[in-house]
Amino acid sequence: MTRPLTHLERLEAESIHIMREVVAETQNPVMLYSVGKDSAVMLHLARKAFFPSPPPFPLLHVDTTWKFQEMYKLRAKAAKDAGMELLVYQNLEAKERGINPFDHGSLHTDMWKTEGLKQALDKYGFDAAFGGARRDEEKSRAKERIFSFRTASHGWDPKNQRPELWNLYNARKSARVGERGESIRVFPISNWTELDIWQYIHLEGIEIVPLYFSAMRPTVERDGMLLMVDDERFRLNPGEVPVERSIRFRTLGCYPLTGAVESEAATLPAIIQEMLLTTTSERQGRTIDKDEGGAGMEVKKQQGYF
Amino acid sequence: MTDASHDPVYVTEVLIAEDIDAYLDQHQHKTMLRFITCGSVDDGKSTLIGRLLYDSKMIFEDQLASLESESKKVGTQGQEIDFALLVDGLAAEREQGITIDVAYRFFSTEKRKFIVADCPGHEQYTRNMVTGASTADLAVILIDARKGVLVQTRRHSFLCHLLGIRNIVLAVNKLDLVGYDQVVFDAIVAEYSAFAKEIGIAAFTAMPISGFKGDNIIAPSENTPWYTGPPLLTHLETVELDTTRDAARPFRMPVQWVNRPNLDFRGFSGLIATGSVKPGDAVRVLPSGKTSTVKSIVTFDGELDEARAGQSVTICLDDEIDCSRGNVLAPADNPPQSADQFEATIVWMDDEPLLPGRAYWLKLATQTVSATVHEPKYQVNVNNMEHLAAKTLELNAIGVANIATDRPIIFEPYEHHRQLGGFIFVDKLSNATIAAGMIHFALRRSQNVHWQALEVSREKHAILKNQKPAVLWFTGLSGAGKSTIANLVEKKLHRMNRHTFLLDGDNVRHGLNRDLGFTDADRVENIRRVGEVAKLMADAGLVVIAAFISPFRAEREMVRKMLPTGEFIEIYVDTPLSVAEARDVKGLYKKARAGDLSNFTGLDSPYEAPEAPELRIDTMRLSTEQAAEQIVA
Ligand SMILES: Nc1nc2c(ncn2[C@@H]2O[C@H](COP(=O)(O)OP(=O)(O)O)[C@@H](O)[C@H]2O)c(=O)[nH]1
Repeated sequence: MTRPLTHLERLEAESIHIMREVVAETQNPVMLYSVGKDSAVMLHLARKAFFPSPPPFPLLHVDTTWKFQEMYKLRAKAAKDAGMELLVYQNLEAKERGINPFDHGSLHTDMWKTEGLKQALDKYGFDAAFGGARRDEEKSRAKERIFSFRTASHGWDPKNQRPELWNLYNARKSARVGERGESIRVFPISNWTELDIWQYIHLEGIEIVPLYFSAMRPTVERDGMLLMVDDERFRLNPGEVPVERSIRFRTLGCYPLTGAVESEAATLPAIIQEMLLTTTSERQGRTIDKDEGGAGMEVKKQQGYF
Repeated sequence: MTDASHDPVYVTEVLIAEDIDAYLDQHQHKTMLRFITCGSVDDGKSTLIGRLLYDSKMIFEDQLASLESESKKVGTQGQEIDFALLVDGLAAEREQGITIDVAYRFFSTEKRKFIVADCPGHEQYTRNMVTGASTADLAVILIDARKGVLVQTRRHSFLCHLLGIRNIVLAVNKLDLVGYDQVVFDAIVAEYSAFAKEIGIAAFTAMPISGFKGDNIIAPSENTPWYTGPPLLTHLETVELDTTRDAARPFRMPVQWVNRPNLDFRGFSGLIATGSVKPGDAVRVLPSGKTSTVKSIVTFDGELDEARAGQSVTICLDDEIDCSRGNVLAPADNPPQSADQFEATIVWMDDEPLLPGRAYWLKLATQTVSATVHEPKYQVNVNNMEHLAAKTLELNAIGVANIATDRPIIFEPYEHHRQLGGFIFVDKLSNATIAAGMIHFALRRSQNVHWQALEVSREKHAILKNQKPAVLWFTGLSGAGKSTIANLVEKKLHRMNRHTFLLDGDNVRHGLNRDLGFTDADRVENIRRVGEVAKLMADAGLVVIAAFISPFRAEREMVRKMLPTGEFIEIYVDTPLSVAEARDVKGLYKKARAGDLSNFTGLDSPYEAPEAPELRIDTMRLSTEQAAEQIVA
């Protein structure tokens, strides 16, 4: 008898199945692309799902202008390699008002990301958006559906989500011609864990932003977080001097909001080893969750943040 | 506890630290098992899951810290860690202290990755359990050793069996609280055995455990020397997977998407449901029945020599034959059946109950068709498996009914094939997923009733009458003026030498529909019959004028879909309720207000106004004569 499929083979097949369902049953899908490792895996899966065709939807990056420089570099290359159109959206109002992570705290995320995403989806009239969220990331996500419904105003109602049985997904939604209708967020890698993601990147040789690997980088320490001085916009407090440290990132967001870890791990196996032996969960590196106590992500989600 | 060198978690940690490549190699070759845990409140489900996560290092220190602080705040275990908080997700639920949905958890051991569907035990949440069970290879049914087999135990077992879970673990928990007494354990197992046999569960695996103390979870417990079976985790690591069984069955692949990057390539993409396929295999495309040979199995990683159940692939055929989404690829000599009438078990999942006769979308694999459900044959009481008479199915009800689809679908009985036997119903207006179903078998009728091709076509009928057939459908409240206007319209058309016929609600209820009343279900059937009659008359070339309250949008849409595009003309006779009631030509409103008539549209039964009628007649502004003029013009 042939060997049974491995868990990664099954996860891959499931994700591909989900992506194909969306393409077959929606009018105007898009893949949200954040340039992080989960996005890298999603993009890779999309290329597999539709090969030899290029994925039949564009990539959308909801940009905040505050991402790491190395992320911007990989973004263009990845889209080109996949033969996909890359749409970059920046919230004009946030831009005009000069919203930034130094002066505006959580307003920065609200305007650039939450509002920016809604505006971008409305502007292009996307009725389905792939996102890279995983159920293992955070408690409130453990119950998220793979197809998650959003009202015309992008709201998420946790009490009113459709049951998902077997691998039958219901992608029907109301949309009258010329009107902004309901839309769906689809999470094809819901059932992957962080370890699965890393292992898959390792096995498939998927290109990721070099910031995930350790290197000497200029840093300052603030409120117990190590921040990287990625460009000249970084505001140093009086007396602060950037120090070169061997660091890497477990998760990537806006550079002034993303904490680094001190590490020597410069290869994928070393990163995985470090991750498995570490004792804090992934989202620790991001400041978003701490906002509103335990229910942080859930509140964000009801407001339309991914 | 046993010494650390035997502890699989400890061994894994050493391996990670000392030889990460060897660890990665091990992780890469793991298989995957999905299981569901069921139990009543306080049976210890969350503690068990929490322990599995904790023991396999799936809880990080920061999560543990927040868990500890939350345990003190809202936990139910005093100062102890409340694992339920770890597996409860949404804020509102946390406040109410109940789990109301399915949560998915992940952990892995040396051999397998596990996905756990955590389902609540409350009766009103049958829908969640069914959802969780639909993807599970195995079910862990927890029993509190002090309480024994409860009503909930029966219900959970029945649902797991119904959803086709073949591996059932009866975990007799809290054994520490009964002194690890074999007599207690044996008695529970005996009671469960009798029940299991009754409902058709052929085999199950019983284990004495304590999730709290860790007995027989990852290692055999010294407290139960009389138990010789494996600990829970060992069983989970070695039990046969559904995908392994699926791979050994005949090849079936529902086509999801046709891959056509250019004129030289045409591939059929899908997830192989069962069996395996190789280049050179003779295959049949269903429902067309055309055959061809597999030319290649294309993937991003190169062409495959063989593909099997659980893989997502793209298949190219030797011949240019028609094949599209919803079709199924199968071996040429062993195709699945096709039919348009079935008996099925239905689990209702929506607040709005089943309406027999209403058309819903039915999605099965990649096929979506319009389907109606007959009145249920019976409903099952999930607590004692008794059959009850039922006219409908309400939220969380399970029943057996016949289903008719508007065209044949490719299927397999659910008990042999989850992917081609399980389906969902989607409401055509709200788009909600309102039910799940499992096909038992096709009704013979559908194989014997054939369409007779008619030689005098509907076109020829129409040409002879020198007119274009149409159905003028009047809808509106009782007393809105539908019948009066409809009559005037018919007279005018008659004078213009048009061949017409008027179907009136009152008249039809004296004959064709005299067995129907005014419940929602009867109203649906009323309109379905009238729709079919109108369609036959339109086929005969007539201009049909139909005057019916027809209060539900869904049924008017159903009639519209029965007819060729453009032939259904919806005319909304728009009279406000207050005006219709003031007119009260037939004295019905008065009777209804007096309580002598029930289910009266506009009063205690809803009227759903058309959203985009072809014509709207405002009876406040137009006389009936003017209205008729406008319609005829
Ligand atoms: N009990 C009850 N009887 C009704 C109701 N609506 C109509 N009827 C009766 O059924 C007859 C036919 O109804 P229908 O064809 O739907 O409406 P109409 O032709 O526009 O008045 C009416 O004339 C009444 O005798 C109702 O809501 N409840």
